[in-house]
Amino acid sequence: MDLAYTQEQEQFRAQLRRFLAENLPERTRDKVRLGKRLTKAEMQDWHTMLNARGWLAMNWPREYGGAEWDAVQRQIFEEEACRAHAPRIVPFGLKMLAPVLFEFGSEDQRQRFLPPILCGEHWWCQGYSEPGAGSDLASLRTRAVREGAYYVVNGQKTWTTLGQHANWIFCLVRTDPDAKKQEGISFLLIDMDTPGVTVRPIVLIDGEAEVNEVFFDNVRVPAENLVGEENKGWTYAKYLLTHERTNIAGVGFSDAALATLKHVAAHTMASGRPLDQNPHFAARMAQAEIDLMAMRTTNLRMISAAAKGHAPGIESSMLKVKGTLLRQELSALLRRAMGPDAMPYLPDFLDGGDNADPLGPEHAPAAAPGYFNMRKLSIFGGSNEIQRTIIAKSALGL
Amino acid sequence: MDFGLSDDQMMLRDMLQRFLKDRYSHEARRAVLTSGQAYDTAVFAGLAELGILGAVFAPEQGGYGGTGTDLMVVFEELGRAGVIEPVLGSAVLAGGLLAALDAEGQSDVIQQVIAGETILALAHAEPQSRYDLNHVTTRASTSDGAIVLNGTKAHVLGGAQAGMLLVSAREEGDPADKHGVSLFLIPSTSVGVHCHGHVNVDGTSSARITLEAVTVDQSQRLGPPGKAYTALEAAHARATLALCAEALGAMETGKALTVEYLKERKQFGVPIGSFQALQHRLADMLIEIEQARSAVINLAGHLEADRLTRERHVSATKNLIGRVGALVAEECIQMHGGIGMTDEYAMSHHARRLVMVDHLFGDVDHHLDRFIAFSGVSETSRNSADAR
Repeated sequence: MDLAYTQEQEQFRAQLRRFLAENLPERTRDKVRLGKRLTKAEMQDWHTMLNARGWLAMNWPREYGGAEWDAVQRQIFEEEACRAHAPRIVPFGLKMLAPVLFEFGSEDQRQRFLPPILCGEHWWCQGYSEPGAGSDLASLRTRAVREGAYYVVNGQKTWTTLGQHANWIFCLVRTDPDAKKQEGISFLLIDMDTPGVTVRPIVLIDGEAEVNEVFFDNVRVPAENLVGEENKGWTYAKYLLTHERTNIAGVGFSDAALATLKHVAAHTMASGRPLDQNPHFAARMAQAEIDLMAMRTTNLRMISAAAKGHAPGIESSMLKVKGTLLRQELSALLRRAMGPDAMPYLPDFLDGGDNADPLGPEHAPAAAPGYFNMRKLSIFGGSNEIQRTIIAKSALGL
Repeated sequence: MDFGLSDDQMMLRDMLQRFLKDRYSHEARRAVLTSGQAYDTAVFAGLAELGILGAVFAPEQGGYGGTGTDLMVVFEELGRAGVIEPVLGSAVLAGGLLAALDAEGQSDVIQQVIAGETILALAHAEPQSRYDLNHVTTRASTSDGAIVLNGTKAHVLGGAQAGMLLVSAREEGDPADKHGVSLFLIPSTSVGVHCHGHVNVDGTSSARITLEAVTVDQSQRLGPPGKAYTALEAAHARATLALCAEALGAMETGKALTVEYLKERKQFGVPIGSFQALQHRLADMLIEIEQARSAVINLAGHLEADRLTRERHVSATKNLIGRVGALVAEECIQMHGGIGMTDEYAMSHHARRLVMVDHLFGDVDHHLDRFIAFSGVSETSRNSADAR
């Protein structure tokens, strides 16, 4: 048993820290630090900077332009990037589609689709959920009918995160309506510039349109955009969902949120003393920190098992549930720390308006919207209820 | 013991329910929010016409209600519908305070408030005061017989829509002293008043108001100099009751929307309401909402009690409502899934109000502290209670 990082890992961390200090634009860092909304250009610029250093596709093999980092290195990157208030890496192409192409795609598809992800020419989004297929994803109804060299797609996807910026979407579509529901699904790559694709933004509780509905009306998709075999899409989707979940503990995010919270609580006066000396608030903050300390180790235990070739199973479900509850708690504490200053809704400030008055401390405007936004964590990527069912069935045999 | 409403109160409730059902659909409310207006002036006029604003004033103040139960009845209904019109800020908080001060010549203003013709706003909180009512740094200094106000007020409910402002300012003492605070009634158009209005996360509207050498005369001071704190605290007790009842109404709507959704939404071939995991959570929520109702009733019943008893109930109720409000908001969203987070659907609007209620008039921690202080029997805790 040794809880320390190796010397190489510490050197790696120092190298990342230097890179972040030297390269992350101050304006972007400040926006992330204060929970402001990023533009597509700001996200893209960060991708471009990482890619120039060969670090954007951290989980890809080197021959495709990846960094080929192991799970511990990826975890260290997450910690350092969050600590430096870097934007999160938009995961859809890099961390979700790419692993599926490596595992199940053809070499042609890898050659065609991977380079545009790296250079930012393709922005991917995820076409999974539908209005009638949320937790019960396999009941999805978007149809793809083969007509010669094309699939003709009709239907609707929803909750498509950052779909407004995307020009490609990977979709689960139904190709065999007569098969058992999991067995008639295929995995299709669709160019969103194709006629018949419409994107409609959905404004959420925090006032931001982060997710979208995507409609398909007789959209003709070349058959070579099918990944793997027809009707085997559910297998690929499950593979992808596992990948989606490995990072979902969000330890790095929680570390950064706790650091911000502690800073705010030490500098906010409540009834004549700093808030971190209010016993009720301090107790909740301390409990969150204690949970986070344990979760960091739970996360590393899982990562080190994965590094030894152990496929993530219920561990990812566990981390999803605990990790999201913790991030939600930290966001609730920040909101409460802001007191009455959490009330004003200031979209100009959140959109990065340089002269917009925060009407309070600089962390105040994003505190309540951030808290409300975090409610999504226990809903998406397989709701926490679904995760608990997986744990009960797979780990407990109930 | 009688937990029933009087005939008049039942009539008031039914009338208000009917009015809001006709005039206050979620779509209409959302259209107002999207339009950038602070509230629907026609609806507000309609509420005044129905006598809703008068129902929060006592007969001797020119109203026809004013008891804790009246406040509870009115605000539970306003909360059910998610009303953003400035009834709380103008009628209960500022209007109630003005009426309680019983200052000469102010009954005209009260009548205008009751008629919905004037919005009155209490400009009391400040950027650094957080939830402490005694924290006032705005100065009222006398020069050549006139009084000059200087300072900044924050989170003034309905401040940008108000025709008249009730401004607190310190005539003597340190920023945290209870003694030394006076109230002044001034037109919002007074020279030196700068108002920066903004919408809140929950759709209500507030303002930051800067007072720059605003000159008033002695007649605009309400009551004796430096003695306004007691009235300020009592007015906040009433406003806290109204706010808690409003939250209760929002909880009831959240619960109703969630029950309906769980019966209707099918996944895995069955309504999701058939899953025991969700049934138990809704059952727990129902229990908590009944607790919230009892807490509101407790406060309504002690609004006229001695100060210590009243304030102990203010803190007990506000703490409980803060906890249950967040629970109901979070659980309702979670059980709805993504749809519960959309702006288009009513749930997210009620959830926003339920959570933000904790940021007004003191949050769970603030009131837990106060409750502990008010509950102590030793002399030290009595002193500490007195300081709060």
